[in-house]
Amino acid sequence: MSDATLQHAIAERVPRGARVLDLGCGDGAMLDYLQRERGCSGYGVEIADANVQACIARGVNVIQLNLEEGLAIFEDASFDVVLQIDTLQHLRNAQTMLRETARVGRVGIVAFPNFAHWPNRLSVLKGRMPVTKRLPYQWYDTPNIRVGTHADLAELAERTGLRVLDSFGLQEGRTVRFAPNWRAGTSVYQIAR
Amino acid sequence: MGTSLETPLIATAQSMHFEAPLPLQSGAVLRNYHLSYETYGRLNASKSNAVLVCHALNASHHVAGVYADQPNSEGWWDNMIGPGKALDTDRFFVIGINNLGSCFGSTGPMHTHPDTGRAYGSDFPVVTVEDWVDAQARLLDVLGIHKLAAVMGGSLGGMQALSWTVRYPERVGHALVIASAPNLNAENIAFNEVARRAIVTDPDFHGGHFYDHGVVPKRGLRIARMIGHITYLSDDVMNEKFGRQLRAVAAALKEGRTEDLPGYQFSTQEVEFQIESYLRYQGDKFAEYFDANTYLLITRALDYFDPARQFGGDLSRALAAATCKFLIVSFSTDWRFAPKRSREIVKALLHNQRQVSYAEIDAPHGHDAFLLNDPRYKGVVRSYFDGIAREIQP
Repeated sequence: MSDATLQHAIAERVPRGARVLDLGCGDGAMLDYLQRERGCSGYGVEIADANVQACIARGVNVIQLNLEEGLAIFEDASFDVVLQIDTLQHLRNAQTMLRETARVGRVGIVAFPNFAHWPNRLSVLKGRMPVTKRLPYQWYDTPNIRVGTHADLAELAERTGLRVLDSFGLQEGRTVRFAPNWRAGTSVYQIAR
Repeated sequence: MGTSLETPLIATAQSMHFEAPLPLQSGAVLRNYHLSYETYGRLNASKSNAVLVCHALNASHHVAGVYADQPNSEGWWDNMIGPGKALDTDRFFVIGINNLGSCFGSTGPMHTHPDTGRAYGSDFPVVTVEDWVDAQARLLDVLGIHKLAAVMGGSLGGMQALSWTVRYPERVGHALVIASAPNLNAENIAFNEVARRAIVTDPDFHGGHFYDHGVVPKRGLRIARMIGHITYLSDDVMNEKFGRQLRAVAAALKEGRTEDLPGYQFSTQEVEFQIESYLRYQGDKFAEYFDANTYLLITRALDYFDPARQFGGDLSRALAAATCKFLIVSFSTDWRFAPKRSREIVKALLHNQRQVSYAEIDAPHGHDAFLLNDPRYKGVVRSYFDGIAREIQP
């Protein structure tokens, strides 16, 4: 799934006019889209210098922070929606960030590559780590420090004491509600405290 | 990073006189004063492209460009401001104003007190960041500039920019607050106090009226500058630049000698290490041009700045009046105005749901980084000004 397709699929879940915090916002494309198309406002959080500049260049508010250091700068329930799109797999303290996402936002939307998607399973059955459009890296040079499955996140949410408002898969831009753990390359959870 | 082939930006210092008394935070009033200033670029027809650049401790209104008759007279932020630079004078009308109490042209302690007919000396009223901002606003009034596209400053200049946003919120479109802080912490005040004591206890200080005695408290100024300079650099940069190198060894190497290099002199008072030589040089240079009373005044203005004070220490409430958009920048190795102090500003602005971006530049140069040419830093500032330029009506 291309970044843009994922972006639009997630953007549909963000209410118009929402105050949004986008954790690991990259070059700010998502917030830019939400601002222009859905009248949203908010901030991105990003660590990479080039991305920070890209956000500023496109008029997206960005706060340069290391997510591993937490979200202490943001107050409880100060955003309608907190986005964590393809961020979870880069974080050492994924559980803390999940908790923080739900603390800072009334709703958190978490999206990440589902390792249990069937082509990945097939690859592992053949004895090889998958290299796909969704997980395009070789095992030895991937920026993802962890892989997880759609089913895994349900368990982690429960263990973290978070409510799952909705969960589904995304595949080729379509919502997958039947057997998403098998059938979807991307897992999406809407969570709340 | 303009090439030397380009026509340099020519700066012209101007002065503006003010008859109307300026009420100060202390309750005192400054009468009959003047402000030195410079402008660069052209004010557009709607007067909407003005950017005020506020200076820090030892700088002035000479922000950018060179003076026509002095080839090596670049303004203190010339690497940031000029044609095609991050703050592009082809698009913006940039204003630098020398603050009251300074020693670079605006009314200061070396000028004549209208009541006594002799130099103000230590009778020059204690001025604050807020007083400076008020004085700057009056100058802009005369220039016919009601609203600034942006106000920008580093360090103490950043404090002025921040003060602008709450004192004159309707007059500021954007604020760029760089390597600054919402107030000084105890350690910072302590450094300032050591510097002030060095000056005040110099026998040539004469209670601040040294002008009458035809002397300058240079010893005090030198030490004040040496202390200040240490705090502007990072541990790493100082070690990289000087390490433990001996001055005599450095001199010998410079002459091409590689054998029989000198050892310790076993002296307590001679310059032994390179860092000592560097600090003494910086101190000597500073004492030649800087005014002792100005140093006292400006460090005090730094100490006193604390917009949250009248809100019980609540910076969020202090900044609630601000309506402009913000760019806050800090540098990872700046321990004089550390990133966490900038984050306090960001946090308060987030609390107020203000438009703010924050860049924390991983640069090795300590506090001085805000004056240097780091491409990530310049890139962020340039992109931010590009955005401001898009908002401006011609």
